[in-house]
Parts: sequence; structure tokens; C-alpha cells
Amino acid sequence: MDFSNFLMMHQELGLLAIFLILIVFDIFAGETPVMKWFRPLAVFLLAVHTVAGFFVVEDGTAFGGMYVTNDLTVLMKNILNIGTLVVFLQAGEWLRKEDKGIREGEFYVITAATLFGMYLMISAGNFMLLYIGIETASLPAACLAAYKKHQEKSAEAGAKYILMTAFSSGIMMFGLSYLYGATGTMYFEDMQSLITMTPMTVLGFVFFFAGLAFKISLVPFHMWAPDVYEGSPTPTTAYLSVVSKAAAVFVLMLTLHHVFGGMEKVWYYLMWVITVVTIVVGNLFAIRQNDIKRFFAYSSISQAGYIMLGVLHGSEMGLSATVYFILVYLFSNLAAFGVITSVENRTGRTEIAAYNGLYKTNPKLALVMMLAVFSLAGIPPLGGFFSKFFIFASAAEQGDYILVFIATVNTVISLYYYLRIVKAMFINEPAADMGEVMRTDVYNKASLVLCVAGMLLVGVVSGVYDYIDAIGF
Amino acid sequence: MIPMEHYLIVSSIMFFVGVYGFITRKNLLAVLISIELILNSVEINFSVFNRYLYPEHMEGMFFSLFGIAISAAETAVAIAIIINVYRLANNIDVRHIDKLKH
Repeated sequence: MDFSNFLMMHQELGLLAIFLILIVFDIFAGETPVMKWFRPLAVFLLAVHTVAGFFVVEDGTAFGGMYVTNDLTVLMKNILNIGTLVVFLQAGEWLRKEDKGIREGEFYVITAATLFGMYLMISAGNFMLLYIGIETASLPAACLAAYKKHQEKSAEAGAKYILMTAFSSGIMMFGLSYLYGATGTMYFEDMQSLITMTPMTVLGFVFFFAGLAFKISLVPFHMWAPDVYEGSPTPTTAYLSVVSKAAAVFVLMLTLHHVFGGMEKVWYYLMWVITVVTIVVGNLFAIRQNDIKRFFAYSSISQAGYIMLGVLHGSEMGLSATVYFILVYLFSNLAAFGVITSVENRTGRTEIAAYNGLYKTNPKLALVMMLAVFSLAGIPPLGGFFSKFFIFASAAEQGDYILVFIATVNTVISLYYYLRIVKAMFINEPAADMGEVMRTDVYNKASLVLCVAGMLLVGVVSGVYDYIDAIGF
Repeated sequence: MIPMEHYLIVSSIMFFVGVYGFITRKNLLAVLISIELILNSVEINFSVFNRYLYPEHMEGMFFSLFGIAISAAETAVAIAIIINVYRLANNIDVRHIDKLKH
């Protein structure tokens, strides 16, 4: 047998090595003082892996076209790596605080396992590998959602997540079975040339899209998101709302381009409606939330609508704009979740009222939160403005002015509810018990610095967009 | 030989019974069983398409095998989580699992 195929998968192998090192370390050092080295080790290994991902790029396919790697997939994996690294940095403090019945190391191990599944999703050249990747990514994610095993809310979130994810992958597989029946192949390349507009392939595509839309939490399929986001531990919420969503969007983008390119007439109208509904419903429901995690769930639903704006034309510019949007969204949302984690670790509260007067007690945290919500809303000097600008420009380039108009109006609405948090932090008086200054540990500080640098620099340094734009399909 | 359509009718009925059960069932285990119905209907589809339309390759059969293995893993995780829900809430009725609503 020729083993050179495996060399193509060096990113997967690197992650697998990290996974194995961490799991062995956790098993053998779990109860000993050596365990205090676990977290530095996990962060260090993933940081090295992330940086290394930018240097080794090799085009090619392996295993008869099942596995595909090129500049674009490597870029997507690097973005996911950055997100996971930030989650690793933010999770530790909460894990130390949890009662000792929970083994600390498991969180990192399970997260590495889901990331491995996302790698397979992105690199798949065959629907079977895509399906295996999606399941590898979502089964451990359910364990992450149910991680606080002594808390009913967390268990409920885990149950909801695993049932919804199994249901959605069942629907997706049903669509795939029809596509297989119509074309006789599971390979992307062969299917693209064989696919025609028959009722059977349209049905198959719609089911397939519905399954993926559950993972991206687009509107008719979003009902699980607020509940799961609220009940899960905060680092898990950050992971689900950023990394997991980004991977699903990447897969949708790649399959639309590589497989369903000939069916644009079907998916354009389907996604047009879904995009509009997603942006509007996500925004309107976000206004009336009082729990900050639920609030960010709805905000991330409407952000998913903006992401779809770039996906739905399948154009070259839309692709670069989408990848760029996701990069900025990653930094902004994770910065917000970093602040939520530190506040929750100190006060144990997640209502928006808990942020009253945060500027008076913790000016730095309030400042980071302000930058994050401004970036999500799209205020000019920050990355969020540029990412929204590019994504609107990519839709306007195709002459879709009505859609751009609706999205712009909704940006104004979103400013209203994002400013609610800023008002609570800067104008409202702090509650009596909020006097203490919160101190977060050095890891969380590093993650916040990384996110703020990302938000400020990714927009202004135009080289980032050029770098993404140069890669293309 | 039984015509292919008969198999497809059975699998479609199974699929929609599963979807109906997923929406209406009140017990978490019954919801899980409904999901199994959906997954099994998909596996019938793949095997039948492979056997009748494309017998020269084995892709559909392999997909079914992988599907069976993955749905077993899914059930294991789901049941572990449901047991945890039962321990904490003493109940697996979906009407009582509503801590996350406002």
C-alpha cells in the first residue's frame, strides 16, 4: 500500500497527535500535581499547530479523490484553528472553578475531537467523508454542551443539541440518498457533471440544504440555538456559535460551488428568502432578550443571515467576502464571549442587568465588550465595518439591490440592541454588590488581547483581504 | 423480483413516520427511536438504489454500513445524556424539561 497519501493530510495528523498527547496526559496525570502543566501544554501545542498551518501548503487529492486539500481548505482550517485556540485560552479559568468531580482535561480533548471532524468536513471530496466529518464534529459537541453534569440546564441543552443534530443529519442523509439515486456516485467531481435539474435532484438538494441549515441555524431551523446556547457552559457557547457555525458555512459554500453549481436557479430563490427571514427574525428577537447568552444566540443568527448574503450568489467576490466576514465575526464574537466568561466566573450571572455600570468597576472589560459589539454592528474603524461593506458590495455587484437594502435597514435595527449593552455598561449605575474589581487570569487576558488586535487590525490592514482574495476557488 | 418502487414507498413512509414522531412524541426515548426510523429509512434507500440502479459499484452499501455504525455512536451519546437528564430532573418527558424557556 502507498502511504504517501497520508502525507497530504499533515494538518489532520498534527491535530490527531495533539489529541492523543492530551488524552494520554490526562489519563496518566489526571490526579497528580503534574496536571497543572496540562493547560499550558494544550495551549502551546495548538498554538504551534495554528502557526504551522500557515506555512505548509500543498495542493492535491488523496484516496482517489475522497480527500481534497488546497490553499482554500488550508485557509479555512487556519481560521478554525484560531477560533479554537481562543476558546482554549478562555475555557481554563471556568474549568478550574467547576467542582472537582469533573476532569479538567476532557474539555480540551473533546474540543480537539470536534475540530478534527470539521477538518474532515472541509477537506471532503466525497459525501461519505462529509457525513462522517459532520458526525465527528457534532457528537462530541453535544458532550461539550452537557459538560456541567450536575446542572440541569446543561443536561437539557445537551439533550436538545444531540436530538436536533441527529435529526438534521438524518434529513441531510435522506437528501443525499436521492442525489445518489439520481447520479450513481458520491464523489463531488463526478456528481457535478452528472447532476441535472430533475425533481429528484431538486428534492435531494432541498433536504441536503435543510440539514446544513440546522447546523448554521438559519431561520426556519434555528429554534434549538437560543436554548442550547443559554444552557451550555459559556466556552462551549462560544465554540458552537463561532467555530462550529463557521465550519458549516464553509461546507455549504464548497458544496454549492463544487457540486450544485448547475442548479443555481433553485438555490438562489430558496436562499434569498431564507436570508431575508434569517436577518429579520434574528434581529427582532434579539431586541427582547434579557439573558446575554440568549441575546448573543439571536445576534449570531442574524449574523448568519449576513454570511448567507455572500454565499448565495456563489460568485468569486462573495466567497472572499464570506471568508473575510467569518474571520472578523470570529474575533468580535469571541471577544464578547471572553468578557461574558470573566463576568460569569466572578458573579455567576448572565443577565444583561449584571453588566450595569461595568465601566465604573472594570473599565478594561467594558471597553473590550464595547469594541466587540461595535464590530458586530459594523461601526467604521473596526473590522466589522469592512466585512459588512465587502459582503454588501459582493451582493450589490450581482445587482441584488433589494436584498442589500433589507440588510442595511437591519444593520440599523441591530445597532439599537447592541447599544443596549453599551448603555447598561456605561450609563446605568452599578448594583451595590458589583463594587469589586474582577481579575481574570493571564490566559483570558491573552485571548482578549488577541481578539481586540484581530478586530482592529484585520479591517485596517488591507493585506488580509487581499490575501484571502488571492486564494479564491 | 420485487420492483424498486415498493422499497422506496416503504422507506418514504418510514422517513415521514420518523419526522412525525420526532415532532409529536413526548418521551425523549421515543424521540430517539423516531430518529432511528429516519436513519434506517435512509439506509434502505441507499442499499436499494445501489442494488437496482448501480450494481457495478458498492458505494451505496458502504454508505449504509457507515450510517449504521455512526447512528449506533449517536444513540450511545444521546442515551448517556438522557440518563443524565433523568438523574437531575427525575423525568424524561419533554413537557417537563423546560428550564431554558422564559
